[in-house]
Amino acid sequence: MTDAAAATVPAPPKRFMFWRRFARNRSALVGLAFLFLVILLAAIAPVIYPADPFALVGRPMLPPLSGDFLFGTDTLGRDVAAGIAHGARTSLFIGVVATLVAVAFGTLMGGLAGYYGGWIDDLLMRVTEVFQTIPSFIFAILLVAIMTPSMESVVIAIAVVSWPPLARLVRAEFISLRNREFVQAQVLMGMPDWKVILIQILPNAISPIIVAGSLLIATAILTESALAFLGLGDPNIMSWGFQVGAGRTVLRRAWWICTYPGVAILLTVLAINLVGEGLNDALNPRLRERS
Amino acid sequence: MENPVLDVRGLSIALPKGADRTFAVEGLDLQVFPGKITCVVGESGSGKSLTARAAMGLLPPKVAPTSGQIMFEGRDLLTLKPDEMRQMRGQKISMIFQEPMTALNPLMTVGKQIDEILTVHTSLGGKARREKILALFDEVKLPNPKRIAAAYPHELSGGQRQRAMIAMALILDPKILVADEPTTALDVTTQAQILKLIAELQEKHKTGVLFITHDFGVVAEIADQIAVMQYGKLVEVGTADQILNAPKAEYTKALIGAVPSLTPRAARSGFGRRMLTVDGLNKYYKSGGGLFGKPTAFHAAKDVSFTLDRGETLGVVGESGSGKTTVARCLVRLLQPEEGKIDLDGIDLAGMTKRELKPYRNRVQMVFQDPYASLNPRRKVADILVEGPINLGKPAKEAHARARELLSLVGLDPKVAERYPHEFSGGQRQRIGLARALALEPEVLVADEPVSALDVSVQAQVLKLMDEIREKFGLSVVFITHDLRVAAQVCDKIIVMQRGVVVEAGKTADVFAAPSHDYTRELFASIPGREWSSAPEVTA
Repeated sequence: MTDAAAATVPAPPKRFMFWRRFARNRSALVGLAFLFLVILLAAIAPVIYPADPFALVGRPMLPPLSGDFLFGTDTLGRDVAAGIAHGARTSLFIGVVATLVAVAFGTLMGGLAGYYGGWIDDLLMRVTEVFQTIPSFIFAILLVAIMTPSMESVVIAIAVVSWPPLARLVRAEFISLRNREFVQAQVLMGMPDWKVILIQILPNAISPIIVAGSLLIATAILTESALAFLGLGDPNIMSWGFQVGAGRTVLRRAWWICTYPGVAILLTVLAINLVGEGLNDALNPRLRERS
Repeated sequence: MENPVLDVRGLSIALPKGADRTFAVEGLDLQVFPGKITCVVGESGSGKSLTARAAMGLLPPKVAPTSGQIMFEGRDLLTLKPDEMRQMRGQKISMIFQEPMTALNPLMTVGKQIDEILTVHTSLGGKARREKILALFDEVKLPNPKRIAAAYPHELSGGQRQRAMIAMALILDPKILVADEPTTALDVTTQAQILKLIAELQEKHKTGVLFITHDFGVVAEIADQIAVMQYGKLVEVGTADQILNAPKAEYTKALIGAVPSLTPRAARSGFGRRMLTVDGLNKYYKSGGGLFGKPTAFHAAKDVSFTLDRGETLGVVGESGSGKTTVARCLVRLLQPEEGKIDLDGIDLAGMTKRELKPYRNRVQMVFQDPYASLNPRRKVADILVEGPINLGKPAKEAHARARELLSLVGLDPKVAERYPHEFSGGQRQRIGLARALALEPEVLVADEPVSALDVSVQAQVLKLMDEIREKFGLSVVFITHDLRVAAQVCDKIIVMQRGVVVEAGKTADVFAAPSHDYTRELFASIPGREWSSAPEVTA
């Protein structure tokens, strides 16, 4: 046993490994590709549809492929395709921002509760439970109704109803990590708590947070659409949920008004879920091998 | 000699692509004789466990035998169909595992689990099955067999669970029993009982036993035949007497030489001034209770007292649950003791708050047990080594230079500072852990089972290193261990703990020569292979 000799086998670069493991999951790649398309669409929306998506540009309820209108027009004569392109911006923006807020807050709450334990844990977890006992969608409606519908209030409402599961996840990770020997070694070297949390524990808990966060984006997009469907979205911003809501009364006469934005929601959420699962496989390789 | 009951001929087992070597086992020849115990000894990665699993037809996926035969009753086990092999398992060949808790189904009573085997393999009626089970429980010396049969695995102690596992393995009177490290997870006193039980039972039932272990003490205790393996190849095979007392292969000699002797090392004297005085230390663990209930308290350390001089090594010896780790964690103040004094060179650390403690933190440092859990997998070795000193105000440049010095001091190439912990072996990681503790220039080093997770040859190297370092820096060491062999070689004085109480304390040589407390005597009597070790030194 030549234990004293230094390890000689160089490990493959980390980023490379990550990508290879991610790419092993075909459906995740498909999801990623589709997600790129949606992001691209959101990015070029103002170029391909420079006009306001609320503008009345044609006769009402033109079927798809009539004239310039790929997906037809809605009950007031707005271009459905333009709405979808601009709606992609709204959905992605709200989904990402609300998730970031929820992840940041959930990580903070869960991290403090998990690391300190004791009465801090009790207090924070009881607060978390209060939020969890209120049905989340009804709570979101209530919040938006109180704050008056706007982009900010929708983001806040979604973040407020989304953080508790994350807080619980982070708390569980922190509890298991805080008693690891490498963390204790730093504690007894006099490392301040905030450093232990940020440098020692958080990087080791980041994988599940990323996975949960990516799936949360999908939920946030669904919630946003549902709020907009009920007329609780920002009235000045085009969104997929708003389009579905606007077309629902004429569903039998003009199916395309609801259907195309509905399919956009479905595919985007599906794509994000696939990517989330791919991330899970890539970041937690051992779980994958077991299955 | 009789015909072997199990005959392994030229067995090779391939590992999946990308593993550190092509074959886990290569060209292995091995025989197990009826009524005899064949021990396969080797360090981790020697292929001993895969050999056992191949005989059971339980190789992990992607690992497959490529050549050779395992002959049993005139048939090659490797060519049997899965359902034929299933018939063999349990009935003709059975196995006991290292960790009985994970090998038993936690949701089923022990009796029911054994009953299931009888239902599958025999046509006995319910009453006959029950009688057979109770008789066997009696035979494996389980107290009150009826109660045990109705108990769930978690309601039994570790030793009882392993007895139940043995009963389960022997219920169909198999020709071969494969035991994969069956006593490694057990305390030394329980281990002694289980080893005795296995030896008795196999003698009585004429079972051939294939016993996998890494521990030469255990081998000396029970083996009839010994096969030594290294890197998947057979190094040496022979009778117990040949291998233990006149080994031929260099590797065997080195392995046996690395087993710490039970003769305490020469007493040292001339220690420096008093560094640490622990007086009347008490620690309770409170658990349960919830919001309104009353928590229950568990007294983990009762009135523990000892002293330690500069340059001296104190061994804290005990089995699991003895409170030795609690004492260690109180010393480094990861735990706050409820009562007592921890006097470090005139300063009482016991009652200090986190803030008050900060200036003294570096003076008592710890080396942890598990080399895989004690280093942050996401930090480079350099970062691991400099974080502590930088926190205490050392300039970063100086800390990095010191980190490199420390790496060469613990026998590693300073260049490894840029690597991550997963690139190192267990022994190397333990060296890094030691360097981390030394980086803070402590006066007292608390080592919690620092070598118990390491292979015996690596263990010897790490112990030697710790000794050199203690000498060089004049460190006082508190050495927590369950292994009396290690304690004999490392410690100047020892305290023996049982259920939170210090039952015996004294100079190592005195305690080893004449243990005064019953429990200490029992501990000594339980050390596997003590007769072999106390024989005059073999070629080391």
